[in-house]
This record gives sequence, structure tokens and C-alpha cells, in this order.
Amino acid sequence: MSYVSRADLGGQPGHGRVTPEPEGELFHAAWEPRVLALSLAMGATRSWNIDMSRAARETLPNYGELSYYEVWIAGLQKLLQECGLLSPEEIAPGHALHPPRPVAHVLAAADVAGALAKGAPTERPATRPARFAVGQAVRAHAGPVPHHTRLPGYVRGKRGVVERVNGVHVFADAHALGLGEDPHWLYTVVFDGVELWSDTAPGLKVSIDAWEPYLEAV
Amino acid sequence: MSAHEHDHEHSELGEMDLRVRALETVLAEKGYIDPAALDVLIDTYQTRIGPRNGARVVARAWVDAGFREWLLRDATAAIASLGYGGRQGEHMRAVENTPALHNLVVCTLCSCYPWPVLGLPPTWYKSAPYRSRAVKDPRGVLSDFGVTLPASTEIRVWDSTAELRYLVLPQRPAGSEGLDEAALAALVTRDSMIGTGLALSPP
Repeated sequence: MSYVSRADLGGQPGHGRVTPEPEGELFHAAWEPRVLALSLAMGATRSWNIDMSRAARETLPNYGELSYYEVWIAGLQKLLQECGLLSPEEIAPGHALHPPRPVAHVLAAADVAGALAKGAPTERPATRPARFAVGQAVRAHAGPVPHHTRLPGYVRGKRGVVERVNGVHVFADAHALGLGEDPHWLYTVVFDGVELWSDTAPGLKVSIDAWEPYLEAV
Repeated sequence: MSAHEHDHEHSELGEMDLRVRALETVLAEKGYIDPAALDVLIDTYQTRIGPRNGARVVARAWVDAGFREWLLRDATAAIASLGYGGRQGEHMRAVENTPALHNLVVCTLCSCYPWPVLGLPPTWYKSAPYRSRAVKDPRGVLSDFGVTLPASTEIRVWDSTAELRYLVLPQRPAGSEGLDEAALAALVTRDSMIGTGLALSPP
């Protein structure tokens, strides 16, 4: 099955200028904060994880035509149906036609502050030594990835240098597929601008944070 | 409620308002969400967690060399000492601007952003123009913000592809030597902590 992420935008031409905004301007319609809050509250039910929600959003066929919070509500509706928490015929009228499925947790108003303060740390104990060391040259894997990944297209096949070893973290690719946390070493890998782009000026360096399976020694 | 009343009540609302309200209603009916929790979540990010938190971190780093060193070495712990942490800031890293190096933070794949210190990301940070161009033409992006750096300044772009979240420590502006921490924090803009801006000059 082919997997297409429509959110991998790094280096893509044709998007025009950036429009700055003042600091306090967070939302542009009254429904936008409700979508934010609905997404956070449903995330708290633990019916899916953050990598599954990123996968749901980035694979929306009309991703490029939607505003940010339109992407969020579409991704949320997709996950609700995939998990069997809502049926399609319940979504449009907004009324329950079937009994609820049990969820692991419901976020109460009184627990919001505590839940946000706790967050969801992704670092895990190391069970094996890191394969790469600071200063080592590496190459990011080339070619397509048939599932959610956090390796951007613009670095695939490109040569970089390990700048920092950031511990062992939940591996987004496996996590999005429902295969558990599968923690791997996470590296900050820095690429020279001229390695990434043939037509860029010197004096640019770009880094990504890459899990060990994304990298090979060169 | 009858269909007529339903239509009347919603006559002033747009398609998205109705769609979101419908989803919220059915999720509450199912018992998956507590609507009061939604209000607390929104209030938190509209009034409590925002870029003034990060400005306080930066101002402390400007006046306290020991804190600055701690921030650059272990940002998560240093930031937590000022009371900020948690969701979308579990693993923090601070990167320092100097006359020779300018840092710029982006998430080309979605919208990863350090919520505990900067709050929710602005629309442009999540937009295709910023995400596509920041890693390839950062000077062009900076010019959209009215920022021009010397040609000799190296630019480092940090693409937030995993769960590390980045905070730029901007350069302390000239002429700010006599200011106290609160006055310094007022010079620290949100954009200066993303790297699309510089700290303000003292009035």
C-alpha cells in the first residue's frame, strides 16, 4: 500500500511569502479554539497517540487546501471513525446513535492543569549503546517510506554530521503504526545548505532530529 | 429540538461553527469529553501559557551567566526552575544567537513548537510558506519579517522533526545594560525566540 504524506513541505517551491502576525493573534474564528481543545481532550482518552494523529492529518487527501484547524478537525473525525468511537452517520447530525465505546480516560476540567504540566515525555532508558558518535558522518536513508515517518524528504540520501546525541526516544514511525514505542537513539544531524540545495548561498546549515534507523554510516 | 428551531438557532453560524459544534455535542453525549475541560484548555492557552513565559527565561539568561550556562546545557531543567514545562516542552533545547550565528526554528512536517514557553504557534509558523522556505531560503523568510542580517552571519535552521523543542536565545540588545529583568523581558518578542525577529531596542 502506498503511503503519501502531504505535509512534508521542506523546500517545496511556490508557496509565496510569509505573512507575519502580531503576538496575541492565536485564532481567526470562534470554532478554532474549540477544535484545538476537542483534539487535546480526545487525545487524553488515549485512544490513539500523537504520532497516529500526525499520520491521520498528513494523509488527508485535501491537506493542502485546508486551513490548519480544518486539518485538525478532519484528522480528528478520521481517527474517531477508525477507532470505532463514532460512526459516520453520527458525525454530521452531531447526535449519538450507538452506545459509546469504553475509553481509557476522560479528561476532567479539574485535571487539565496537571495533565498539561505532566505532558508526555518520550525519552526512555537506553538498552544498547548508541551506534553513532558526535562528529561522525552519516547519510540519511534515501527513497520513499511506506508509512508515517519524521525523516523529511529534503534530507533523504543527503550526507550530514552527528552534532548531538539526545538519548533514546519513542520511535515515531513504529508508534504511528501501533507497533508500540520501539525506542531508538535520537541524534541531531546537521547538513550543509549546499549539500541539500544546489542553488543556495553558502553560510546555511540545517539540522533535523533523526532516530537511528533513519541513518547509515558513510 | 425541532429541525426548525435548530435552523433558527444556527442561522448566524457558519459551516465550520456548525460542524465543530456537532462534533463537540456528540462527543459529550458519548461521554468521551467533559465540555468544561475544553473551556479550561482554551483559557490556559489564551491567558496563561504564552510567549511572556519564554521572555522571562531569556531575560533571566541575559542577567544571570550561571542561568544562561544552565539553559544552554540543560534547557528542560533550567526552564522548569522558572515554573514552565510539560506538554510540548518535555524535552527542551535552547540555542543562542551571536554576532556570527543566527538560529531559526521551524517544523517542516507539521507544527511542533515549544508550548510551555511560547504558547500556541502563530498561523504563519504552521503555514506552507514558512515551512517550505525556512530550510531553503531563511534570508528570504527573514526579509518577510523585515529582518536583514549581515552577509557574514551564518544561519542555522533547526527543523523540529522529533520531540525536542527549540527556544532561540536572542542577542541582548545594545543599550539595555541598565535595565532590570522585567524591563528586559519586555524587549523579548515571540518572533525573536523563534528566530524570525530580533529583540527590541530599549525605548
